[in-house]
Amino acid sequence: MPQINIDGKIITAEVGKTIIEAAIQNGIHIPHFCWHPELSVAGNCRMCLVEIGMHKKTPSGTFEFTEDGTPVIQWFPKLQIACSTQVSDGMFVRIANSKVTHAQEAVMEFLLINHPLDCPICDEAGECKLQEYAFNHSNGESRFFEQKNHKPKRIEWGPNVIYDAERCISCSRCIRYAKEVAKQDVLTFVNRGDHVTIELFEGTQFDNDYSMNVIEICPVGALTSKDFRFKTRVWEMSFTESICTGCAKGCNTKIGVRNNEILRIQPNTNMYVNRYWLCDHGRLNTFRNVNENRVTHNQIKTDNIQSKVSFEEAKSFAIENIHKYKSSEIMVIGSPYSTNEDLFVLQKFAKTILKTKHLDFIPRIDDKFGDDFLKQKDVTPNTTGARELGIVPIQEGFDTSQLRKAIETNHIKCVIIMNDDLSDQPTLLKSFEELEFLITLSSNHSKLTDIADVTFALSTFAEVDGTFTNIDGRVQHFTPAIVTKENLHRMGMKMSRLDKFGAPNDHWTQKEHRDCKPGWKIITSLANSMGASWHFKTASEVFDEITKQIPSFNGMNYELINKYQGLVLGRANRPDEVLVNYVSHYMKPD
Amino acid sequence: MNIKENIESNRLNFWEKLYLPEIAKGMASTFKAMFEPKFTRSYPEEKMTPSPSFRGRPVLVLEEDGERCVACGLCSRVCPALAIEVQAAETDRDKERYPKLFEINMLRCIFCAYCEEVCPEEAIVMSKDYELVFTSQEDAILPKEKLLVPIEELQDRLEWLRQYK
Repeated sequence: MPQINIDGKIITAEVGKTIIEAAIQNGIHIPHFCWHPELSVAGNCRMCLVEIGMHKKTPSGTFEFTEDGTPVIQWFPKLQIACSTQVSDGMFVRIANSKVTHAQEAVMEFLLINHPLDCPICDEAGECKLQEYAFNHSNGESRFFEQKNHKPKRIEWGPNVIYDAERCISCSRCIRYAKEVAKQDVLTFVNRGDHVTIELFEGTQFDNDYSMNVIEICPVGALTSKDFRFKTRVWEMSFTESICTGCAKGCNTKIGVRNNEILRIQPNTNMYVNRYWLCDHGRLNTFRNVNENRVTHNQIKTDNIQSKVSFEEAKSFAIENIHKYKSSEIMVIGSPYSTNEDLFVLQKFAKTILKTKHLDFIPRIDDKFGDDFLKQKDVTPNTTGARELGIVPIQEGFDTSQLRKAIETNHIKCVIIMNDDLSDQPTLLKSFEELEFLITLSSNHSKLTDIADVTFALSTFAEVDGTFTNIDGRVQHFTPAIVTKENLHRMGMKMSRLDKFGAPNDHWTQKEHRDCKPGWKIITSLANSMGASWHFKTASEVFDEITKQIPSFNGMNYELINKYQGLVLGRANRPDEVLVNYVSHYMKPD
Repeated sequence: MNIKENIESNRLNFWEKLYLPEIAKGMASTFKAMFEPKFTRSYPEEKMTPSPSFRGRPVLVLEEDGERCVACGLCSRVCPALAIEVQAAETDRDKERYPKLFEINMLRCIFCAYCEEVCPEEAIVMSKDYELVFTSQEDAILPKEKLLVPIEELQDRLEWLRQYK
């Protein structure tokens, strides 16, 4: 393999790799705007100019050295762009000498000639690549005193993306993304010189399912999200790495939180799952149920009136009633939306405490949702996990398809259902009204919580520590992004500055800390009150128990999962290689 | 320990020990001050007009076509006491952004003028207003309506900033 020398550091790269790729894989950053590892090379921003030289060879083909042993290098007379120059053996690259720095400063000055510098208004400020480079690779001076070009602003490219032509630096990342990744070739450059701008072809819209990824790859604030526009400055949010709950793909995400409210979901790079991308559904819809319509108190129904009670009261009311039924009259329903930890504890509760055979969950398949890129037909995050952990009927126990009949024939009188509102199962929901006793663990108000006899306030995925198993069997860990009363003690340093230092009379920290608990904690508490002695204190203890009990999870723990960005079921001892993830630009310090 | 040395009466001479001449001296000083020109003022009736460099209550500049502020949030970020809250929203004006909500908690404000220094639009300045009295914590959180001051009243501070900032 060719060996190249970048500023004295010798690195080995595969044949055909470009200098910038080889550098990034070895942790060396070469400034660039238009290059992106997933897109074709455009080479139009000229920011990655480097000085390249070749080791001189003697006529016999060996490398030539001076008398004191230093290599004789023939430098190219002009600088080359690192993004389209392929590595070759004996190549020498300088990325930080005065010639290169001077070129970078010139490029920055050139890019900033017509850039409006409206950072105070621009949403990208704080995580802008141009802003970052203006600090690091520019001398901060402009010789341009003439009128700047004015171009159209606030152009809607589609339902989710707004384009501001003035801020655009014409890197063409969005054009290439639309063509090569999103496969909707509707964008193009029009006009020339400093009047160049990007337009949609006539009569088209950039309304792809993956359209919002252009917002992240845009190095400046030319492309902004319609949903997130002006909601907050990026430095006011805290960012937590999480997993998308939109479908079974398990895309890695970054949750932006301010005032205990999710404001933005962005993709997080994981080359084995979603690479750099996330679908618009995952960004826009998965956090609504975290912010809105939450069950914040445990409630019980007595004489058809719902009343708020403490957890202990709800628990004793539930247990009192559970004891009235035979184990064959109780059904436990898990959920493909729940974490592995919740599901494991639930099935343990069903099998060892209730001793019921009726245990199942309702998978959700939507053929219209799936595609051949990221979106899966299975629209729940943890169906694989639920099956793997044994949320299935035992022997001749009822499954969910037989449940309605079983309720009508009075075989099932009591149901315990976790994290599923059955809003898409109207007939089953209707039959639930005939149940004698219904216990739900719910995060959001729904028709189900209206008819439930006991409702335990459940934390959502954004408030718990846990793991999901995606459709490929990859177990991925996530941590809480939002503060609840229960996780407050461990959230301190993770909260944004404003959330951390708010006092009761400040108007900016008025969102409540909800009184909800993770599913495994509620079930463990129920079980312990019914005679068990389970000692789960944290989610990782539950997970350790899973790895002992379920063979396919053997050898996993949270630390390893985090290290390898997820471990595949049954392959904990053969994890995927840890890669250097490319990050274009992000909020610093994050 | 019985201290007999270095006590007050040992240090006084005979006339001082008498006290009467000393009282007369003191009274002379008092009467003299009564006829000297005053340098205090009878405050509530007679108000002070501070110089432009005075750092009073921070206010927002109100121009003819509305506030200057574009809700960039830098004042909120730089504020060491976290006194400022800004919530932006979109408008149809040329400057696309405006503060939907702008609040300064005067109980938190320490009058450091960092907000004024960091403001890219010269939209928040320190006024000459020093009379800050509130009857409740809620009252001390000033909303945008109370913060906006017409630009004419702030001319000398803006002039001062241009000279010395």
